[in-house]
Amino acid sequence: MTRRVVLAATAALVLAGVALAQDATVEGIAKYRAALQDGNPAELWEARGEGLWKTARGPKKVTFEKCDLGLGPGVVKGAYAQLPRYFPDADRVMDLETRLVHCMVTQQGYTLADAKKGPFGNGNESKSDIEALVAYVTSESRGVKMNVAASHPKEQEAYRIGERMFFFRGGSHDFSCATCHAESGKRIRLQDLPNLTEKAGAQLAYTTWPAYRVSQGELRTFQWRLFDCFRQQRFPALEFTSDGSIALTMFLARNANGAAFDAPAIKR
Amino acid sequence: MKTIISVVTLAAGTAMLLSGCASPPSDAEINARATAMLKASFAARGQAGLDRLDQDETQKACTTYAGKVPGKDVTDRIEKVNFESIKWPADGKYLGNWQNGEKIAQEGRGKQFSDDPAGPVGGNCYACHQVAPQEVSYGTIGPSLYQFAKVRGYGPDIQKYAYGKIWNADAYSACSNMPRFGHSNILSEQQVKDVTALLMDPNSPVNK
Amino acid sequence: MADPMRIRANVTGDSTEVRVLMSHEMETGQRKDAAGKTIPAWFIQNVTATHNGKNVLTAQWGPAVSKNPFLSFKFKGGAKGDKIQITWVDNRGDKRTDEALIA
Repeated sequence: MTRRVVLAATAALVLAGVALAQDATVEGIAKYRAALQDGNPAELWEARGEGLWKTARGPKKVTFEKCDLGLGPGVVKGAYAQLPRYFPDADRVMDLETRLVHCMVTQQGYTLADAKKGPFGNGNESKSDIEALVAYVTSESRGVKMNVAASHPKEQEAYRIGERMFFFRGGSHDFSCATCHAESGKRIRLQDLPNLTEKAGAQLAYTTWPAYRVSQGELRTFQWRLFDCFRQQRFPALEFTSDGSIALTMFLARNANGAAFDAPAIKR
Repeated sequence: MKTIISVVTLAAGTAMLLSGCASPPSDAEINARATAMLKASFAARGQAGLDRLDQDETQKACTTYAGKVPGKDVTDRIEKVNFESIKWPADGKYLGNWQNGEKIAQEGRGKQFSDDPAGPVGGNCYACHQVAPQEVSYGTIGPSLYQFAKVRGYGPDIQKYAYGKIWNADAYSACSNMPRFGHSNILSEQQVKDVTALLMDPNSPVNK
Repeated sequence: MADPMRIRANVTGDSTEVRVLMSHEMETGQRKDAAGKTIPAWFIQNVTATHNGKNVLTAQWGPAVSKNPFLSFKFKGGAKGDKIQITWVDNRGDKRTDEALIA
């Protein structure tokens, strides 16, 4: 009887030891994240993006200063917090990246193919202008409360379609966005997973993109985040600025309404 | 009198035309548009072709009921269809090598368009589960598998259950978040046996 | 040409805190590319900081410093409007100098 008690106690201690090791790991990660806050390399992209916004470029040698992000031509402050939205001049719901491409084509004279080329940078030798522009534009919405209106019928349809896409089971692994993001308090390996079907989770997730991803060594945008999720879901490649990517963004952005935007952030 | 009515009718008709559809599309219409828009928003890359977006009956049913609780008749049907399709090992042996099983559980690559099709393919079990206690970097999307056989028993019926669950999780839990590793040709029969051994072998660290 | 550094300097009491964000690949020389070839080392080796032309910090870095390095340091003295200049030189001989005024 005593021996069994001793064995049980030892087993309990071993399990407790494992649990303690777990807590120490999670705490260590939190400390690492706090230390990273100062000196966010995203500022380098913000500075480059501001330069690109104000520089005449493209075949028509025009700046972005007449580009309408929804609050009037050239108005950048607060623009990201109300995107995606319907734009009558394109008769389409657009997120920021799609709208930037639109201005590159219609105002700066780029072809659509050239404007959409290389959206995700890879080192100093292969920089992405889109990423820099997104860093700058989003930095001008820092502190602004998310206010995606979703009032136009096309905006509402995009939201509903985005919601359906969120639950679409597919690929070799039967994954949907919901597989990882529809329950609270879960994590994949040691990465906490926000519950995107609930306000708090959606707010925390959406207001911290774009972000400097330390593991990537790059500033990554929301289009990138969706693209890379689908890659890991064993889906084919999500097309940059596709209608589906915008619908999904609309669903997630609107779910974040009310929270103060807090990006460009820094993540592992 | 007639003129006024026709003017009103004309005005009403114009107003309707200008406002477009009077009511928003139905749920069924949105579902159809969502599937179409999704499929049109992807491009084949690497080993991931567009056929990855073709849903089988299980994926279709589980998408329809996503976010809701399907009735028992629906879940029973899904589990039955999946159970009947399980390919049990021809030699009747469910256990392979648990050391290989641990490697497969740790391996997160396989089937992504960024993966070499000739490269290693794993189960990525630690993404969602605690397995061997030595590994502290585990996920919590699925339940802990620590002491799997110690808790349930080491007999042939549990061995078969573990094998079947890894082969096709939907056979036991309709619309499970867990991939159907054998059914969807992610892991080979030998690999499924190796992972079964990781859970069921008395010598596996899982059961220590 | 590397992106400009972001330099911020603030004086509190009798000391100045300087924070610098540098844009650099900081390639260690240990990594291999997809084809298996070693990616050549490319990292900042020397950093100097001056205050109104007077040297206040010299650093010798190696490949352990990560990409897009962030440097934060304090020195005694400094007043609002003084000039802070930071220079880095890397193992390829490339260099970059940027400056800012103490706020």
